[in-house]
Amino acid sequence: MSDSDHIVEMQGIDKAFPGVQALSRVDFSLNRGEIHAIVGENGAGKSTLIKVLTGVEKQDAGMITIDGREVAIKSPIHAQKLGISTVYQEINLCPNLTVAENILIGREPRRLGSVNWKAMNAYAKEVLQRLDIDIDVTQTLGSYSVAIQQMAAIARALEISSARILILDEPTSSLDTRETEQLFGVMRKLKSEGMAIIFITHFIDQVYEVSDHITVLRNGSLVGTYETASIPRLELIARMIGRQLTEFDEMSQIKLESSRQIRGEALLEAKGFGLTGSIEPLDLELHAGEVLGFAGLLGSGRTEVAQLLFGIEKPDSGLVKLAGGLVKRFSPLASISRGVALCPEDRKEAGIVDDLTVRENIILALQASRGWFKYLRMQQQYEIANRYIELLNIATPSADQPVKNLSGGNQQKVILARWLATNPQILILDEPTKGIDVGAKAEIQKLVLSLAEEGKACLFISSELEEVLRTSHRIVVLRDREKVTEFTGEVDEHTLMQSMAGGGS
Amino acid sequence: MRQSRSSFTWRKVSESKLFFPVAALALILLFDLILVPGFFTIQTREGNLYGSLIDIVRNGSTVALLAIGMTLVIATGGVDLSVGAVMAIAASVAAILMNPYVLAKELPPHLMKLINDPTFTWQPLWIVILVALFVAIVCGLWNGLLVAYVRIQPMVATLILMTAGRGIAQLITNGVRIQIFYEPYAFIGQGWIVLPFSLYIVAFVYAIAWILTRKTAIGLFIESVGINFRSSFFSGIEEKKIKLLAYTFCGFCAGIAGLVASSNIKTSDAFNIGLTLELDAILAVVIGGTLMSGGRFSLLGSIIGAWVIQAITISMYAVGVPAFALQAIKGVVVILLILLYSEQVRGFVRRIGAQKEA
Repeated sequence: MSDSDHIVEMQGIDKAFPGVQALSRVDFSLNRGEIHAIVGENGAGKSTLIKVLTGVEKQDAGMITIDGREVAIKSPIHAQKLGISTVYQEINLCPNLTVAENILIGREPRRLGSVNWKAMNAYAKEVLQRLDIDIDVTQTLGSYSVAIQQMAAIARALEISSARILILDEPTSSLDTRETEQLFGVMRKLKSEGMAIIFITHFIDQVYEVSDHITVLRNGSLVGTYETASIPRLELIARMIGRQLTEFDEMSQIKLESSRQIRGEALLEAKGFGLTGSIEPLDLELHAGEVLGFAGLLGSGRTEVAQLLFGIEKPDSGLVKLAGGLVKRFSPLASISRGVALCPEDRKEAGIVDDLTVRENIILALQASRGWFKYLRMQQQYEIANRYIELLNIATPSADQPVKNLSGGNQQKVILARWLATNPQILILDEPTKGIDVGAKAEIQKLVLSLAEEGKACLFISSELEEVLRTSHRIVVLRDREKVTEFTGEVDEHTLMQSMAGGGS
Repeated sequence: MRQSRSSFTWRKVSESKLFFPVAALALILLFDLILVPGFFTIQTREGNLYGSLIDIVRNGSTVALLAIGMTLVIATGGVDLSVGAVMAIAASVAAILMNPYVLAKELPPHLMKLINDPTFTWQPLWIVILVALFVAIVCGLWNGLLVAYVRIQPMVATLILMTAGRGIAQLITNGVRIQIFYEPYAFIGQGWIVLPFSLYIVAFVYAIAWILTRKTAIGLFIESVGINFRSSFFSGIEEKKIKLLAYTFCGFCAGIAGLVASSNIKTSDAFNIGLTLELDAILAVVIGGTLMSGGRFSLLGSIIGAWVIQAITISMYAVGVPAFALQAIKGVVVILLILLYSEQVRGFVRRIGAQKEA
């Protein structure tokens, strides 16, 4: 109120959920024409703060002012009327409608009472061009990549009335480098037009690249708001996790030790293994005690290989040997009983079962492998669940909490627990650290290495090169649904990137 | 953060799955308590209990049986529209097995006598019941195959048997309404051992369903498949087999309901047995707190839901609503009940809890 630059002021915001104090007395203010990053670990309260601001949740205490006037935001629609538009972490659009319909649904241009499709498509195209995207807007949204879908979501958010405040919740978690740059271009442009942008992300690099201010939350409390230029990276991370970062050093130590123990024995051998239209035939070997990294851009075939190995799809060429035996049946259940586990990329669609409790989610795969009638006794279920809640540091009030009440990173840990509970020999992790915070990332990477140390084999897929480099003993590079090359031993980021991008271009 | 004991109990009660179905039932009974004198009177005759409350559970048992099976199907994210038709099929099979002579055009006199002999049955009762249930199970299996393996949408897949089923039932009985004279068969629907015998059947089927779903992993798998079948598939759950089981069990329940219903009216009537009961069964499941989108389910809730529907009917009769107006009034009451389930009312109940805590 005192400062006319503030478009949004939130003061002393409290919000509790059953068993969790999600926010306690958090202050936040946003200026016109700035990009303001909100960072914090899983469960720090970032999403909740946004939900309060967008009217999804109502605060228990505290005051919100917009343009100096106090407001009670009643609903998401009310928030939109106030000029607040949001693009959520999970894209909430309809994949089977066209891009144009998705952008303009509810506000279709009309002529004589019926939808003017021509005008609608033209308009949608124009809106997307403002974001430097040129695509056929009459195609269904689902036929485009996640990145394009994300852009469509942003276009939709911008289109909603006179958006003056744009909230981007983890917008870059599914984007590759080039697409991220493109998004940042759009964000800077909007900023120069006076838009106030709240940017929530786990990528520290991106925070420094694009934001003006950083607000740090931890465990539902405000740590502080800083000018981006004035806070060094290490200090920021230390404030986020509330401790010093020695873990990464520890990790390279573990990796060094475990690499000495890699035995020649191949747990998994694949020859000419592929599926037409999905992945070109490739050879793959995975040894006990090693972490094999997969590097490649979005759409390079990383996920396809993982799902083929796990039996989500059936290969139509080549053969796979597991611990010497030829694999004949390809299905998730058959894979689990062979000691293979897959932590899928898409946490929401293929990972968690959101209405089930943490306990039920953790025992699900183990129980599936035991069949219908060898039901784990309740006591055993709690034992298993509690063991992994402790081991993986899952932040939940109890094992009986529905998993949907947990933050994204903790949900990811629950899925990890589900697979660890099956005691796999081969663990395939597809983007296990996507959308989770620095602290949890380090924990998961450490876990992967310690599993390898126990003599298990891990296949580690990640978009973050640094992470692949840090955790893997050997790296396979995929490009355009083909295996391009393989690196053993030390390799630097630059070389890796070059082979991912392709020599010619 | 200390909570008083009473508020803790309130929260526990109001967040229980059974809170709303029980509240709905209580509401209707409260209405009866005020408006219908003697509604709660229970008489004893020859050691058996009679009264309006007993009528509710007895007349509601057919829908309760259907609702048990329907709960599992709905929990997987599907629906079974064919249960009414399957009831008719089971009833026809049973009737024919007890007295195939009714179909004959001409009969020698010694067989003619048997047609309305209350002690005569062609096949022993246990075979009659087993075969009828077997046929019903096959019907359920058929639905399950269409839904799980052929991947037809549940509503369409079960619509096939819903339409064709009554035709099949008529083929079995040659298009004739068959009266059932065999006296022991009547005990299924009309018998009394202190309480109506059909109530024991409901309890028995409930017990089977409960053990099947809660003492094995099947219940967890059904819920998991209903909530997110892709995640379930990735976790190694054989979603097809789970669905097949749910539809098959639903067919089994419909078969039993068919036996109870035909025993009740001592007739196998392919046209009318179980007519529109699939909708009552779905309604019972919804009142019982299981979402149509699948997932978490409550078997006991569905049974209470069936009683709620029956309680509405009996209460309406008791206050003198004419039979022709019953459906319309029932509709209004159902809307009121469903409103009770809305997020607003739930929020209100939670706030009461919060106030008590304060």
